[in-house]
Amino acid sequence: MAVTDAPAARVIGTRLLRKEDPALLTGEARFTDDLQIPGALRMAVLRSPFAHARIRGIDTSVAAGMPGVVAVFTGADLRDLWAAPMPCAWPVTEDMKNPEHYPLAIDTVCYAGDGVAVVLARTDVEARDALDAIDVDYEPLPAVVDLEDALSDRVLVHDALGTNTSYVWELHTDAEAVERAFAEAVHTVQERYVQQRLIPMAMEPRACAAVPQPFGGDLTLYSATQIPHILKVMTAVTLGLPEHQLRVVAPAVGGGFGSKLDVYAEELLCVALARKLGVPVRWVEERTENAQATIQGRGQIQEIELAADADGRVTAVRVRLLADMGAYLQLVTPGIPLLGAFLYSGVYDVPAYSFTCTSVFTTLTPTDAYRGAGRPEATYAIERAMDALAARVGLDPTELRMRNFITADRFPYTAPTGLVYDSGNYEGALVRAKELAGYGELRAEQARRRAQGGTRHLGIGVSSYFEMCGLAPSRVLASLNYSAGGWESATVRILPTNKVQVVTGASPHGQGHETSWAMIVAERLGVSPDDVDVLHSDTALSPLGLDTYGSRSLVVGGVAIDMALDKVVEKARAIAAHQLECAEDDLELDAGTFRVKGSPDKELALAAIAFAAFTAHDLPDGMEPNLEAHVTYDPPNFSWPFGTHICVVEVDEETGQVDVLRYVAVDDCGNQVNPMIVEGQVHGGIIQGLAQALFEEAVYDEDGNLRTSTMAEYLVPAASDVPALVTDSTVTPSPTNALGVKGIGEAGTIGSTPAVINAVVDALSHLGVTDVPMPASPLRVWSAIQAARHAGGSQ
Amino acid sequence: MVRLRVTVTVNGTAHEHDVEPRLLLVHYLRDVVGLTGTNVGCDTSSCGACTVLVDGESVKSCTMLAVQADGTVVTTIEDLARDGALHPMQQAFHEHHGLQCGFCTPGMVMAAVSLVDENETLDEQAVREGLEGNLCRCTGYHNIVKAVLAGAVAMKRRPRPWPSPTPRRRG
Ligand code: FES
Ligand code: FES
Repeated sequence: MAVTDAPAARVIGTRLLRKEDPALLTGEARFTDDLQIPGALRMAVLRSPFAHARIRGIDTSVAAGMPGVVAVFTGADLRDLWAAPMPCAWPVTEDMKNPEHYPLAIDTVCYAGDGVAVVLARTDVEARDALDAIDVDYEPLPAVVDLEDALSDRVLVHDALGTNTSYVWELHTDAEAVERAFAEAVHTVQERYVQQRLIPMAMEPRACAAVPQPFGGDLTLYSATQIPHILKVMTAVTLGLPEHQLRVVAPAVGGGFGSKLDVYAEELLCVALARKLGVPVRWVEERTENAQATIQGRGQIQEIELAADADGRVTAVRVRLLADMGAYLQLVTPGIPLLGAFLYSGVYDVPAYSFTCTSVFTTLTPTDAYRGAGRPEATYAIERAMDALAARVGLDPTELRMRNFITADRFPYTAPTGLVYDSGNYEGALVRAKELAGYGELRAEQARRRAQGGTRHLGIGVSSYFEMCGLAPSRVLASLNYSAGGWESATVRILPTNKVQVVTGASPHGQGHETSWAMIVAERLGVSPDDVDVLHSDTALSPLGLDTYGSRSLVVGGVAIDMALDKVVEKARAIAAHQLECAEDDLELDAGTFRVKGSPDKELALAAIAFAAFTAHDLPDGMEPNLEAHVTYDPPNFSWPFGTHICVVEVDEETGQVDVLRYVAVDDCGNQVNPMIVEGQVHGGIIQGLAQALFEEAVYDEDGNLRTSTMAEYLVPAASDVPALVTDSTVTPSPTNALGVKGIGEAGTIGSTPAVINAVVDALSHLGVTDVPMPASPLRVWSAIQAARHAGGSQ
Repeated sequence: MVRLRVTVTVNGTAHEHDVEPRLLLVHYLRDVVGLTGTNVGCDTSSCGACTVLVDGESVKSCTMLAVQADGTVVTTIEDLARDGALHPMQQAFHEHHGLQCGFCTPGMVMAAVSLVDENETLDEQAVREGLEGNLCRCTGYHNIVKAVLAGAVAMKRRPRPWPSPTPRRRG
């Protein structure tokens, strides 16, 4: 119906139900593996059972003759198909070591799961059956699974590099000031934390399908990817294809959490083989392959030192990081620790800071972005260390934080790292979280329990975090040597019937972009969100974009839409002024209708303008027909969401069991377009972070075999493992964009891991426990208690 | 290769096919019958993405061979919405934002429908325990639990023609 029927009420800020849901709820949505592609061959990949081995020879003859098998190829067979090695888009230093990496290993395998051959067959089952018949002659080499061992270069992952160190990257605000602060400090703490490797385990395994056109050389790649646009460019470069003949489509994508932000061997193999054979080729990952051959996250050893004055005010932070790259550098692997580098000083007013990261290769699955990417790791270290400092100074952890916060009146705040934090009110979020958690009573209850001397201890863990969000200004990314920009593109097109098409370069995988983008449009144009169609995730519909990761979609992509709306409205206003014969300045847009100020009966609805722009019968001189605008937006700054999380646990001294009793999160992501979606992101994020604290770990044996390669072994939490959540928000708009938005996708994960471990340690602090390694399994907790007892007893 | 004849009623329609004895029910539904709403998330029967109803009871369709389903009545996610209206449980997931990427959702909804069918009363703890076999990576379960509790109430209020999987027992 016409715009005038649309409610004049605000749309932004309401809990509009998601447009995405009906298709997903009814099974109608198509994920990549649901696509019907007539005549497609199924691909299966033979993976190395060794973490490190030389390939002496591969015999594919038996497999090639098996029923249904169309072709079998080894890495050597396909070597000539690649114009360039697999891409790494983040050469963080000039001298960074980056081993050549092809979609199939040729001479040497460097992790268990490395692909060595592919089978193409009529069905999946036939393809997998044939894998068993391929005979590979391996000469096993020693594995390198320990980071410190890798650093020693005792065994090299890649002989040709001559070292396992990929790069050393430093960030010093003022080296002398840091030294001085430590020399003059009244209190210091020095902590060492291990960020265990995590398996992202999106529920939808990776899947892709390459469909060549029989004539003309065009090819469509369907992939369960977060990055159709980047994937298109990288596939073109790696295969030496004309980019304009390649179309990449991401159908419905079943979660990514960073693990689908990559260019994977299987995507390149499908494209290369579909072209080579002239038929569609498709592949879907099994869960065990997902664990072994999809990137993993975290994998760091952190040493953090704080210097503080007598009152507990932090005067310097010094960080030494050892980061596990795994066997190869994937798309943004080397940059992940750098994203964290800017967050180790936390939400605190720290005058001096130094950071050094050494990145090493191991014979394990490559690491790369995983929810939060570098920032959860950094926040964990500073928030654990702040608790250690609070204990040293003898302050309540919330009091120590209050003393050190960058106060609300200091924004925009220029950090010693040179970055500018846009806005914040860290005290506000902490105060609200304490209130919601009943902090005072909890401390009293804890004291009561301790006085009574039971074995079920109460722990209260606090973490205050912020996030460098949006992965933004291209100039800043350039200074970090990242080889892409941070912009996003958007088109808004008002059709002659007043329905609206929005084209976005952001590529969602569960975040509800269609709804949020429609809401922004509905608010501005006075149409119903149902009248807005959001086109995305298909490079033919949306040729320019930088996709979805790093909580950038709303704060970059959403703002781009808002700016495109500005342009469309401006054009509509010119048409309205022309037709109403008034000055543009005399017009105001209200609920989809331009009205002449002071003359309430002179008005023109956008619907009429849209039609007029289409017929082009009566437009201002020289104006192009149609109401359409395109914007590419490069944000002026990152945005900095923040918050405080409080976790309350009960720890059983006898079993080491941790029960989460209460979890409170107060997050501030600036203005919220759809609070329901914001909460959903926070909930999911919290549980992923809590899972790192309590459950999840990619466990490798000393030979580099993954011991947790199935969902039966890798402890993705179920509903019964996790608590209900109490979430709330404060609202501190970002001053850097007109929507005042910041981004929220990773916040929960960043805030929760340290809150949970701080709670576990807090529960046991009176027993002398100062740290529990992650994940805090009953055995680890129990062992920490025993170790503390032992240490206490021998004093 | 040996092939065996199976007759299965899927969403009210009888299907007859010759299948390999090793074919799993989930692949039968997806690849042979062509209903791709049921998803495959793991290879260890751990994730629950493939949950369907077999003779009215929830089953992980990756744990059952197609030949074992011979003679049964199978209900998949495609059969819940009717005449353009969502099933009360689907509606509850929609209203309570119980899904994000939606990959776990068909299995989650099927498990929830059967959980409600099998329990007179449900509270938060019972829902959490009842959904133990269905993993979701996106939502943190908070809104799923809310949705299932609300869906339970709605299903009681509008018992038919909604959850259709009538046969409770075989034969
Ligand atoms: S696919 Fe059946 S339980 Fe995971
Ligand atoms: S909604 Fe994504 S896995 Fe459940």
